[in-house]
Amino acid sequence: MEKFTTLRGVAAPMPMVNIDTDMIIPKNFLKTIKRTGLKDGLFNELRWTADGQKKDFVLDQPAYQNAKIIVAGPNFGCGSSREHAPWALLDFGIRCVISESFADIFYNNCFKNGILPIKVPKEIIDKLMDDASRGSNAVIEVDLEKQEIKGPDGGTVHFDIDPFRKHCLLNGLDDIGLTMEKKPEIDDFEARQKESQPWLYAAE
Amino acid sequence: MATRKKAAVPPPPPPPPRTLFEKIWDSHVVHRQDDGTCVIYIDRHLVHEVTSPQAFEGLRMAHRPVRRPEATIALADHNTPTTDLSQGIPDEESRIQVETLEKNVAEFGVPYFGLQDPRRGIVHVTGPEQGFTLPGTTIVCGDSHTSTHGAFGALAFGIGTSEVEHVLATQTLIQKPAKNMRVAVEGNLPLGVTPKDVILAIIAKLGTAGGTGYVIEYAGRVIRDMTMEGRMTVCNMSIEAGARAGLIAPDETTFQYLFGRPNAPKGGAWDLALGQWRRLPSDKGAHFDTHIELNGSDIPPMVTWGTSPQDALPITDVVPDPANAPDEARREAWTRSLAYMGLTPGTKLVDVPIDRVFIGSCTNGRIEDLRAAAEIVKGHKVASTVSAMVVPGSGLVKAEAEKEGLDKIFLEAGFEWRIQGCSMCLAMNADRLEPGQRCASTSNRNFEGRQGRGGRTHLLSPAMAAAAAIRGTLADVRDFQ
Ligand code: SF4
Repeated sequence: MEKFTTLRGVAAPMPMVNIDTDMIIPKNFLKTIKRTGLKDGLFNELRWTADGQKKDFVLDQPAYQNAKIIVAGPNFGCGSSREHAPWALLDFGIRCVISESFADIFYNNCFKNGILPIKVPKEIIDKLMDDASRGSNAVIEVDLEKQEIKGPDGGTVHFDIDPFRKHCLLNGLDDIGLTMEKKPEIDDFEARQKESQPWLYAAE
Repeated sequence: MATRKKAAVPPPPPPPPRTLFEKIWDSHVVHRQDDGTCVIYIDRHLVHEVTSPQAFEGLRMAHRPVRRPEATIALADHNTPTTDLSQGIPDEESRIQVETLEKNVAEFGVPYFGLQDPRRGIVHVTGPEQGFTLPGTTIVCGDSHTSTHGAFGALAFGIGTSEVEHVLATQTLIQKPAKNMRVAVEGNLPLGVTPKDVILAIIAKLGTAGGTGYVIEYAGRVIRDMTMEGRMTVCNMSIEAGARAGLIAPDETTFQYLFGRPNAPKGGAWDLALGQWRRLPSDKGAHFDTHIELNGSDIPPMVTWGTSPQDALPITDVVPDPANAPDEARREAWTRSLAYMGLTPGTKLVDVPIDRVFIGSCTNGRIEDLRAAAEIVKGHKVASTVSAMVVPGSGLVKAEAEKEGLDKIFLEAGFEWRIQGCSMCLAMNADRLEPGQRCASTSNRNFEGRQGRGGRTHLLSPAMAAAAAIRGTLADVRDFQ
């Protein structure tokens, strides 16, 4: 997984509430067996009409075509567990989503893919949404180590993040590798469980 | 200083009362970090074709085996055709995805229910049917409706594909404990009101993010009185309130359902298991961070009007007016929803005409759901303007329904009787709405485009869907009873 340390880029405003993962990546793009190449699927039905005309969705406007950040309305990423949602964001070049709140599974999935989801209170979102609406001149900086967002006018705001998740993201750590180091503990757990709940091992 | 008397060693303090969630959590911790992050053991893993290919690919690239193949069941449900399986899968991308799953399960030794296997069904129907879902266990699947299995008193939640790979490789996950919410539904349900109406009423009350960060334990008389099928319907939609998991304490109803199922404990192990399962319910005095209470007698048959599951109203109500929305954000959301749904404020819900009816999905594709729908349909015809279909949740549900003659009732009324699968719940296969078509659906999501681009979904119970099929508009099932 790619490390996340600092990020500097244009932020696209998406004030809508409850942007669900069906919207982020519609089902017809879930038939892939790869993690990459999902850029065109990102927000597909919001970006294109059924007969293939561009709808001038925010990410297609010249100011935001290279956006690296999304400033979004609350409950971003609700619905389906599809990890294709963060994969599609990443494929487009989005490395950070800032919102008042996220749905749990999406939030979790971001960290597995080197995307930083930042939760901040509504007043800050309102300010960032204004900043983001100013287009490509409004560059936002995110510093994960310092847990700071710097707006285009120089003001900085602090954000909270779970220290373990921060550590993994800063160092690009692979969860599976970390857990593999706990193999003796997993072995012990299984031995105990097999004794007390043998029916869970009946098929083996 | 007074000499201290040698006191007898005081008895250890009684263990603090715990919730059902806390008991399952505590018994699955493999490793706990100082910050509370835990490695928790996963007892059961369900795998389907859409969210697993990249996980198996990851294992292959890292030369990692599946740690416990026998703790896993794999099958294809999302992409599979519902009209004819004899020719395989015509859509190339869908076929490749299913073939990839078949290749992966063969290579990694994972138990698999093939396309023609009657046990194959929607993962959340098959797991319980096989007794693979057991009280007190942890269950995951790369699918958000894994919350369904919580009906058995199992901690069950949806995960992303990276976590699918993590579970395949280590049989564990890295997690932090959730908060506890108790939703009690007391009283009795009126005639015509079903578990689907109960959960829609709960979501309407909580909101689509109200459960975020929580595990919801459903309790109260109405829940206790429900069958396992009904409890699964309730737990299934926990995710639509933002909660990752729903739980119901196991009781005699649970044990009766499980007894004799292929993967349930047998003989002496059954008695041993029962002893442990009876200790699972939340202790008296256990702490819940949030309490919600509803009176079952106040819940009417419900239907959604908008594009979020929280947009649910009694069928006797009218399409709401954004002018009356509680805040600005809602006003915008309602306006957008109404435009998408093609509805005008003030229209009576029972006057909304429909084009399609879908009875099925992991929410309402079980035998009891089909029985409830058939009971309404019997002796009636599907309205001439409506095309309606029934898609059983598994091959076993289909076989049972056919044994009971339900297929005949549906076919005679003009419904299509299909082969099991997810079908038009998410429209990854050929079953989908055309732009602008309006559907009365027993599934769980009414998001924009969920059942097909431009399609409009109204969520409701199987009995209500049947009533809508007959009348050709959304309808109050109580008029048919
Ligand atoms: S029936 Fe629908 S909600 Fe259930 S698993 Fe299939 S696609 Fe998901």
